[in-house]
Amino acid sequence: MYTVVLTKGVPDFREGKVSFDEDGHLERGKTPTVMNPNDELALRAALQGKVRHGGTVSLLSMGPPGYTDVLRQGMEEVYADDLYLLSDREMAAADTWATAMTVTTGISRLEPTPDLVVAGFKTADGETGHTGPQTNWCHHMNDALPDRTLVTHVVSLDVDPDAGTLRAKRLVKGDVTEVETVETDLPAFVVTDPEFEASYPKADHRLRYKDLREETKRRAEDPEAVLTVWNHEDLNLDPDFIGLDGSPTIVAGVDPIPKGPDEREATHVSPDDGAGMETVLEELQPFAGGD
Amino acid sequence: MTDDHEHYEAVVVGAGPGGAAAAAALARQGVETLVLERGVDAGSKNVSGGLIYAEESAPYTIDSLFPDFREAASERPVDDYYIHNVSGRDVKTFDLGRIHRHDTDWCDAVLRRKMDSWLAERVHELTRETGGGLLTEVRVNGLLRENGEIVGVTCDELDPITADLIVAADGVNSELARDAGLMDWDEPDDWFQGVKAVVEMEPDAIADRFGIDDDEGAAHLFSGDLFEGVRGGGFLYTNEDSLSVGTVFHLDSLAAERAEPHELLDALLTHPLLDQWLQGEYEEREYAAKLVPDSKKVAHPSPHRGRLLLVGDAAGQMQAQGPIIKGMNHAVTAGGLAAEAYADAKTRGDPSAAGELYEAKLNEEGVMDQLRPARYRATRSVSESDLLGTIGDAVIRSPIGAAGLKAFDGAIERAFNSPFLLGMVPDTRFSYVTLPTRIGEVLGEPVTGDNDVEPPDLADRIGDLTYDVGEPHIELVDNSFEASGTAVTACPVSAVGFGGGCYREETVRTNGSEERLVSLDTQPCVECGTCAIVADTEWEHPAGGKGVEYEQG
Repeated sequence: MYTVVLTKGVPDFREGKVSFDEDGHLERGKTPTVMNPNDELALRAALQGKVRHGGTVSLLSMGPPGYTDVLRQGMEEVYADDLYLLSDREMAAADTWATAMTVTTGISRLEPTPDLVVAGFKTADGETGHTGPQTNWCHHMNDALPDRTLVTHVVSLDVDPDAGTLRAKRLVKGDVTEVETVETDLPAFVVTDPEFEASYPKADHRLRYKDLREETKRRAEDPEAVLTVWNHEDLNLDPDFIGLDGSPTIVAGVDPIPKGPDEREATHVSPDDGAGMETVLEELQPFAGGD
Repeated sequence: MTDDHEHYEAVVVGAGPGGAAAAAALARQGVETLVLERGVDAGSKNVSGGLIYAEESAPYTIDSLFPDFREAASERPVDDYYIHNVSGRDVKTFDLGRIHRHDTDWCDAVLRRKMDSWLAERVHELTRETGGGLLTEVRVNGLLRENGEIVGVTCDELDPITADLIVAADGVNSELARDAGLMDWDEPDDWFQGVKAVVEMEPDAIADRFGIDDDEGAAHLFSGDLFEGVRGGGFLYTNEDSLSVGTVFHLDSLAAERAEPHELLDALLTHPLLDQWLQGEYEEREYAAKLVPDSKKVAHPSPHRGRLLLVGDAAGQMQAQGPIIKGMNHAVTAGGLAAEAYADAKTRGDPSAAGELYEAKLNEEGVMDQLRPARYRATRSVSESDLLGTIGDAVIRSPIGAAGLKAFDGAIERAFNSPFLLGMVPDTRFSYVTLPTRIGEVLGEPVTGDNDVEPPDLADRIGDLTYDVGEPHIELVDNSFEASGTAVTACPVSAVGFGGGCYREETVRTNGSEERLVSLDTQPCVECGTCAIVADTEWEHPAGGKGVEYEQG
C-alpha cells in the first residue's frame, strides 16, 4: 500500500503569527510559512492507513526550497516515510491549473505508482479547493498514471489493500447535512474534509501509532536524508506550461477586506421604552428583506 | 463471541505506581502486557500527599522495579519528620523521626505528574518488548464477561479486549472493583478526603527556611484545634522547588461538621506556625483533591475475582494510622505480588489460581497486617466507643490530665513513635483533636509573629485547573437537600454561597411551598469521588483524556 499526500506551505494565519501592513495586505516576509492546516488531516488519513495496514507514506509539495521545513513539519507532527519537493523558479507563481499539472507529473515519477493520493480541503491562502480535484483530473492526461476515482469531503476512511478497495464516509452539505458512505476500487484520490477524524478502535492500532509517531519524530530531525528535490528538467516539464507562464488565471486586482470603523456609537434602548423601540424598528426597516 | 476480540495476556488498568509496578513485573516475566491509562498522561489524574516509602521488609520497592527512580522521578529525600500539636498559638512539636525511619530504607517526596509520567515511559518500553505497551486517554469503563465469568475489559475508546489477567490499578474510584462487587461507596467513615496546595518556593528559600541542604527534605504534620474540630490533620512536605501543603480528614467528620475542605486547608496555610516557612510569600501552583481509602476498614481481604486482581487504592490498600501515612509503597508491593502470583499460577499450569496466590502473598508478606492491623481490630470496639471517648476527654481536660501530660512529656513523644501503639490509634475525635490540642495547650510554647499570606479563593483555584470534561459524567439521582446537600460543603470544589463549583444549594418556591434543592455542574469536577459517597449520584469517570488534568499532582 503506497500513499502519497499533497501539501502546501501557507502563511501562518494564527493570531500572533500573521502580520498585515496598514492597508491590510499580508506581509509575507514577516509571516512564517507552515503546512496548510487542512493538509494535516490528509496526512492523518494516510497515517491511519499505515497504522492499520502498513505500507509507505510519501509527502509531496511544490514550492521554494524553504518548503523543506513545511515537509519536515508534516513528518514531525503527523508522519511521513519520505519527502518530495518540486522546486524550481520556473514553477513559481503557478495557479491551481499549473500546480495540478506539475504535481501530477511529480506523482507519475513516484515508484511504485501510488495506490492512494490524499489531499486536504482548500489551502488557507488560496481557498479555491481546486488543486486536489484538478490534480486528479490531470491524471487522465498522463499516460504514466492510472485513472482514479475521486472521493471528496471524506470524514472517515477505511482501506482494504487486500481487496483493493476503499470505503469512505463523505459529508454532504446541502439543505440538510448528510453522511454518505461510498466504496470504490483502488487506485483512488481522496480529499479529506476539515471534519475528518482518524479512528483507532484497537489497542494494537494505538500502540503501532505510538511507535510510528516516535519513529517519524526521529526521522524529522534530519529531513534531508529522506528528501528528493525535482526541478522542471528532472520532471521533463516545458517551462511554458508551468509556473506563471502556464497559468491561465489572471488576478485582476486584490481588494483588502475593509477594516471596521475604529469608533462606533451605541444607544441603549430598554424593551419597555415604547417610543425608543419604535425608533429601533424604523432604523432597522430599510435592512429588512421582503415586502 | 470473545474469540473475535483483541487479546492480551495481561491488561493493567491504571498507570499509577501500583499499575506501573504490576506491568513492569509482568513484562520482566515475559507476559504480554497492555496498560490502559485514562489521563492524557500518566499522573495527570493523580494526587498524593505525597511521600513514597521504600520499606526494608517489602518484597518490592519502586526503585527495585525502576532503578533510576529516585534520581529521575522523585523530589527530595525526607529524613526529618515532625508533628506539631496545636492549641491556638501554642504549639508542642514532637520529633517523629523514629517512627518515620522504622522499617524505612528511604522515603522521598514526590509530585505525581512528574513521577507517574516518568514511570509510564519506562513501563511502555518494558511492555512494548512483550508485544503490549502503554496507552493513555483510554478509559476502561467495565468488565467484559462471558457466561458470567470475567474475561476482559470494555472501554470508551477501544473495542472490548480479552485477557488472562486483569489488574485493576484504577485508583480509589475504581470502576472495575465496583463492577466486580468488591468495593462500594456506601459509608463515609470508610474514607478520608485530602486536599492539597502545591506552593512555589525557590530551592534557596527551602534550604534557608527549613535548615536543609539541596539534597535533603522535611516533613511536618499538624494536628490540634486548627480544623474546627474536624477529625484529621495537616501536612507539609518539601519538594525540589515547591511545598506540598495539605489536609486530610475523615469524610464522615467533614460531612457531619458541614466543613468546607478548602477553608480547612486555608486554616493551616494561614496559621502563624507556617509563617516561619512561608514568610509572607504565597504563590499557589495547583489545588488538588483526592479521596483516600481507610485501609483499616476497607483494605479488601480477598482483592480478586476470577481473572481480576485489585491493586493499590482500588483494593483499599492505603495505610493511615495516626502519623503513619503510606499508600504508594503498598500499591507497588501489591502490584509486584500480583505479577508474581500470575507467573506462579502459570508455572503451575493454572493461571486462574492467580487471585488466590495473590491473596496468600499479601498475607505472607505482612502487607495485610500493616493495612488492617489485628491490634486495631481487637481494640476498636472499646477504644472507639462513645463512653471511652467521653471519659478520655474528661480526664485529659482535667488538671490531673494536664499533670499527667507534663509528667510524661518524653513518654508521649516515645508513644507517638511506637508502631505497636499506632496500630491501635482509635479513629476518634479524642486522638485527632482533643489529645493534640491538650498537648499543645499544656506543653506547648506560643508561636510569635503573624502569618499574613492570602491563599487564592475557590474560584481562582478552580480557574487555574485545566478541564475539558466532555459529556457530564455524574448524574444527580436525588436532588433533594436531605439526600445530596452534604455535597455542597464536602465537595472540595463547591461551597455554600459559591456559584462556580460543582454543587450548589437552591431554594425553589412553587405555589407558596418552598423546597431546598441541590444542583450539579460537572464542569469543575476534580473527580475525587466525594459526592459519590455523601450524595445520591450515578458516578462515573469522564472519557479518556477528558476531565481535570493535574500538572503537579
